[in-house]
Amino acid sequence: MKFGIVLFPGTNRDGDAWDAVTGPLGATAVRLWHKDHDLQGADVVILPGGFSYGDYLRAGAIARFSPIMQEVAAFARSGGPVIGICNGFQILCEAHLLPGALLRNASLQFRSMPVTLRVENAATRFTNQYRAGQLLRVPIAHGDGRFAIDPDGLRALEDAGQVVFRYTDRHGVPTEGANPNGSLDNIAGIINATGNVMGLMPHPENAIDPMLGSTDGLGIFTSLLAHVGA
Amino acid sequence: MPRFRVAVHVIPRKGILDPQGKAVRDALHTLGFGSVVDAHVGRHLVLEVDAPAEADATAGVRAMCDKLLANPVTEDYEIAGVQLA
Repeated sequence: MKFGIVLFPGTNRDGDAWDAVTGPLGATAVRLWHKDHDLQGADVVILPGGFSYGDYLRAGAIARFSPIMQEVAAFARSGGPVIGICNGFQILCEAHLLPGALLRNASLQFRSMPVTLRVENAATRFTNQYRAGQLLRVPIAHGDGRFAIDPDGLRALEDAGQVVFRYTDRHGVPTEGANPNGSLDNIAGIINATGNVMGLMPHPENAIDPMLGSTDGLGIFTSLLAHVGA
Repeated sequence: MPRFRVAVHVIPRKGILDPQGKAVRDALHTLGFGSVVDAHVGRHLVLEVDAPAEADATAGVRAMCDKLLANPVTEDYEIAGVQLA
C-alpha cells in the first residue's frame, strides 16, 4: 500500500506523516510536489500539516489552486481516500472537498497541546479500527482551527454522522472547556458525504509512538490499511 | 486600455463569532471609548486592473472575490471604491 504525501511550500508535517505510515505501518510512501500533476499511483493521499503558502489570505486558500490539487480533487471525486490533517483540513475545506471553514481560534491564541477526542463514527474507512465512543489522546498545534458552517450545513453533518471526532473532556463529555478553538459542536474532524475524504485538526501522526506519550493516532492509519489492503 | 484601482472590503459574515473584532472592541472600551458598540476586523485589498470600462473592472473583481479573495462560507465582500489608476 502506498501513501502519497503532498508537499506545498510551507508544509512542515510531511516528515511526521511519512514516519507514521512507513514506520509502524510498514507501508510505502511517496512525496508529491505541489507543482506535479501525478499522484504516482498512491492508494491514499495525505495533505499534511504546516503553513502552506504562509497562510496568506486565508489558511489553505492558495494551496487549493496548486497543480497537484487538481489531481487530488479528481482522485477524491472518483472515490479515492484523502485525509487532510490540520493545514490539510483547511485546504480540503477551501477546495470544497469538505463543507465548512476553519477560522481563527476563538481564544486568538495558537494552541499546541494534547487534547481528548471522542470517536463519533467508527464506521468509516479512516476509523474502522476504533470503536464508537472511544477516547483518544492526540496533540493539536494550530491557530486557525475553529470549525464553522451555516446552521443547515451543521445539522446535515450531524444527522448524517459526518462528524467523526469531537473534542471532549477526559470523561468523554464535549464541554466548552474541552474545546480548544471554539469549533461548533466541539467538532474536531469531519468526513464528506461519500465517506472517502476526511479532515481533522489534531495530529494523529504525532501519536504513533509510546515515546511521544500516545499511540492513539495509529488507528487512523491502520484503518486505512485494513480498508485498502496491504 | 485604462487601468482601474479597485478597493475591496472583505468582512466576517454577521452572526459568525469574530473574536478579533471583539478583542478590538474590548480594548477600545478599556481606553475609554465607551461609545463603541461593535467592531469587526476584515481585510482591505487594492487591485489594479486593466479593463475597457469601470463596470468590467468591478465585474472582474467580483469574480475574483467569489473564487479566491473571500471565503463564501464565512465572509462577505463589498467593492469599496473604483478609480482610474
